[in-house]
Amino acid sequence: MRKRLAAHARVVAALSRRSIRQAFRRPQFLAPIIVFPTLFLAVNTGGAGRAVDLPAFPKVHGFLDFQLAGSMTQSAMLAGVSAGIALALDIEIGFIDRLVVAPISRAAIVLGRLSATAVLGALAGVWFLVIGLIFGAHIQGGVAGFLVVVAEASLCAGAFGALGAALALRAQTASVVQGIFPLVFVVLFLSSAFFPRNLLLQPARTIADWNPMSLIAEGLRDPIVYGLSWSAVGKGLGGIAIVMSLGGVLSALAMRRRLSVG
Amino acid sequence: MAGIDLEVAEQEIYAFLGPNGAGKTTTVRMLTTLLKPSGGTARVAGYDVVADASSVRRSIGVALQEAALDPLMTGRELMQLQATLHGLSRAETNRRSEALLNRVGLIEAADRRVGTYSGGMRRRLDLASALVHDPKVLFLDEPTTGLDPVSRITIWEEVRKLNDEGTTVFLTTQYLEEADQLADRVGIIDDGRMAAEGTPAVLKAQIGRPRLELTIADGGAERAEQIIVGFGEAMPARDGVLMVGLERGASDIAPIVRALDEAGLHVESLNLVHPTLDDVFVEKTGRHLEGAGEQPEEAEAPTA
Repeated sequence: MRKRLAAHARVVAALSRRSIRQAFRRPQFLAPIIVFPTLFLAVNTGGAGRAVDLPAFPKVHGFLDFQLAGSMTQSAMLAGVSAGIALALDIEIGFIDRLVVAPISRAAIVLGRLSATAVLGALAGVWFLVIGLIFGAHIQGGVAGFLVVVAEASLCAGAFGALGAALALRAQTASVVQGIFPLVFVVLFLSSAFFPRNLLLQPARTIADWNPMSLIAEGLRDPIVYGLSWSAVGKGLGGIAIVMSLGGVLSALAMRRRLSVG
Repeated sequence: MAGIDLEVAEQEIYAFLGPNGAGKTTTVRMLTTLLKPSGGTARVAGYDVVADASSVRRSIGVALQEAALDPLMTGRELMQLQATLHGLSRAETNRRSEALLNRVGLIEAADRRVGTYSGGMRRRLDLASALVHDPKVLFLDEPTTGLDPVSRITIWEEVRKLNDEGTTVFLTTQYLEEADQLADRVGIIDDGRMAAEGTPAVLKAQIGRPRLELTIADGGAERAEQIIVGFGEAMPARDGVLMVGLERGASDIAPIVRALDEAGLHVESLNLVHPTLDDVFVEKTGRHLEGAGEQPEEAEAPTA
């Protein structure tokens, strides 16, 4: 049993390494994870920095501190879309057949991709926290808070990767998965990723209350702006669990369907 | 698929020949566990493709129609990944990768990205990757489609060598020459059904007599046709070329030429054609195999 598990882990690690290399060798995969959210962060922070002066705005050290979580959530969602596009390209060129015809579990094929997305999510988390620190943000949770945020960013990217994988396995073409990009922004703006819930107008406020992105963004934000707390970590993990469960079930169904129709 | 019965013996090269859309790839996808059959049973290397798919996967090597390679990986990375997928140890992975890259002549290009490889190099890499775990049965889906003649012959030689070493080979092709040159037995498939099966020699012998193809100068074709039917079974002319199936084979040629000469007809060209697998296909299905006689295209330019 242990031997089988080790063999399974070795396959997942090999597929993960391949996916990470792929991301670094094709800038189109990395740009949405790092470049777009960084530009968005710069524009948002520079243009709407006075938002912190609004009477109902939460007490934070600076607007950049508040925005970092939004950028990380955005980056994690786009990492998921990129993972879906990469998987769809594997389907288009037939590479996935090479994997399906190998004596490995079907789950390993998806897990290899998701673990790579989680690694990229962690790297993106470090990137945003470091540039935040360079430009004057404070991480109230300290080193532990830094590590928790990076871990959450990693899990979050993996969870969105599962949704991306499900879409790729169902659609089987990269262009369809790519079409999901605008939806990422709609979902993000209808959450508390970039603005506090209490300052959103109806019906956006109600949608944000039900949107798991709010839980994820707040779970990433709290260790930065308020410090570490079990409730903040639980909130973030709860949101991630919702997305991951949905993505996991949909991926499994889509993989089963793909194997039956070829 | 409309239901196919076939059996391939151990260490045999079996060619599945048929036009595009005949069901060749669908059959391969079912036999390699990529597609669940909607009915019937299939066993590969002694294992059921549905009930024991995992054992089938451990026993087979597969090179699919469009060499399914990631253009961003290097040749060596692909070999190492493939070895890991088949559970080889790290040391064994490196040893097999190097040996196979050497075998297919890609060791110099092993650290280049696959996207820079030519079509022939990709096919050779695909073949090498299918062999990394030393499979009992090798499936090759149109292994030389789109390759230049030199690359095609290289692949054929490698397939023969593998077979000599004991690997059973199941290949699909739309090239008559490929089936004729490589296969111990050929299955001709059309519209999801097996039209004929046997060794190339036996299949062609079923057609029997050779045919004579003639071109007559100065519009004498009609008269020539009336003359040549006296020597055998007239066949429909194609592109101005008259055809007649010879009852007695090559010994009919001289009397035909004499008869045409006496009638004052000038023979521009004359060709004795022995039965081909296309003739077998015509006999069994009533039409020519799509692309019969077609030469493979030149090798595609490498893409970045």
